[in-house]
Amino acid sequence: MNSIKSRALELLSDGTVKRVIGWEKGEGEADWSPALFETAEEMNSFVYGDYAGSNLSKYCLKFNLAEGKTLVVLKPCDTLSFNQLLHEHRLNREKFYIIGAGCKGMKDENGRLLKCNACKGKDFEVYDEIIDDEESRKPLNVFDRMIGVAELEKMTAEERYEFWRGELSRCIRCNACRNVCPACTCVKCVFDNPASGVQSKAPVTDFEENMFHIIRAFHVAGRCTDCGECSRVCPQNIPLHLLNRKFIKDMNELYGDHQAGVGTEERTPLTSYTKEDAEPSVVHERGNA
Amino acid sequence: MSVTNPNWKPKIVAFCCNWCSYAGADLAGSGRMSYPADVKIIRVPCSCRVNPMFILRAFERGADGVIICGCHPGDCHYTSGNYYARRRLTMLFSMLDYLGIERGRTRVEWVSAAEGAKFSKTMNEFVETITNLGENRKLGDIRCKKS
Ligand code: SF4
Ligand code: SF4
Ligand code: FES
Repeated sequence: MNSIKSRALELLSDGTVKRVIGWEKGEGEADWSPALFETAEEMNSFVYGDYAGSNLSKYCLKFNLAEGKTLVVLKPCDTLSFNQLLHEHRLNREKFYIIGAGCKGMKDENGRLLKCNACKGKDFEVYDEIIDDEESRKPLNVFDRMIGVAELEKMTAEERYEFWRGELSRCIRCNACRNVCPACTCVKCVFDNPASGVQSKAPVTDFEENMFHIIRAFHVAGRCTDCGECSRVCPQNIPLHLLNRKFIKDMNELYGDHQAGVGTEERTPLTSYTKEDAEPSVVHERGNA
Repeated sequence: MSVTNPNWKPKIVAFCCNWCSYAGADLAGSGRMSYPADVKIIRVPCSCRVNPMFILRAFERGADGVIICGCHPGDCHYTSGNYYARRRLTMLFSMLDYLGIERGRTRVEWVSAAEGAKFSKTMNEFVETITNLGENRKLGDIRCKKS
């Protein structure tokens, strides 16, 4: 969609925005990265298309207090992350010009992205204008995103333990999953606390591996839009979405359906309650032990 | 899991909120209702002060079971702390279960300041559950095991 590029250039040139957050080509054919464009000349390398998989919402944080407006190109699912950041008062809506970009499902060198196989639809939660076409409004064929979680739930505890040891023991604590996550926006992260004993270092024991992953997923529970970025960037191919989706599934089942980033309601399942909520013992009473 | 160390005795960490459960424990003590010495009580201002990290750390440093006690729903001295705690702890316990950690190792119980007997009964039960489950190996740091 070339019109996105020309429209962005137009808004940059007429001074409506001071900068543009978009994508540029990397070394390989399928290797596109987020990029910042501040001049018409820099805009030459702006691209949008099949490999624009990364979610640019998180990059907005850096420009929230910058001078002037920032233009950001967001796909439908990315607007959920942006909207969630608005709910959390982390972004100031006035400071951004959002072009909602039509999306036909994104790819990398291995084909369609995992997250696009669980596409959440083609609606934009927030935007200033939408640039799309007939083709990008068609819904994608998707899988039931909870299948993976349900399969694990059917296993015995011992099998699950083995499964997760196999996955989590590969973690090198590069922190890419945390850094890319639009829900992880604390200025000071627990994992950067020098007194924690786990500050930016490779896990030494099983415990540290488990702990990092439990806490990472827990801290975004209720706010994770299931944007799929964490699993996408993990260099070790750890299925982080299976942790996030477990929380999503549990919260939906126990506290009612919730999709983070939709609408204007700021309360999430873990920042609200009802007097009739289930007791924690429900966990002990169900399914496979 | 089988108990390999013949000298093993369960170590239990109990997070008790200051206003109800800690007072309940006190009452159990002054009423001479016994509960096992393997239960180590950590006093917290409210059940919702218990950060998931506290629970994981307790396991890391050698706990075999962790129990969180607070005021009965509706009675929290900060009005709603235990309602939030209830959701969070449910989610955390479910995640531990999902990772294959024995689900009996975690528990929540609401104990009021007047329920000394309930406190002692709960602790006795929990110690028994943990004794049956055996030593915590899945979520501990082996370097923290002294014996
Ligand atoms: S991106 Fe993958 S390897 Fe890196 S810290 Fe996250 S889970 Fe571990
Ligand atoms: S946890 Fe993963 S899927 Fe959820 S918002 Fe963060 S990056 Fe996206
Ligand atoms: S003060 Fe006891 S649970 Fe909040």
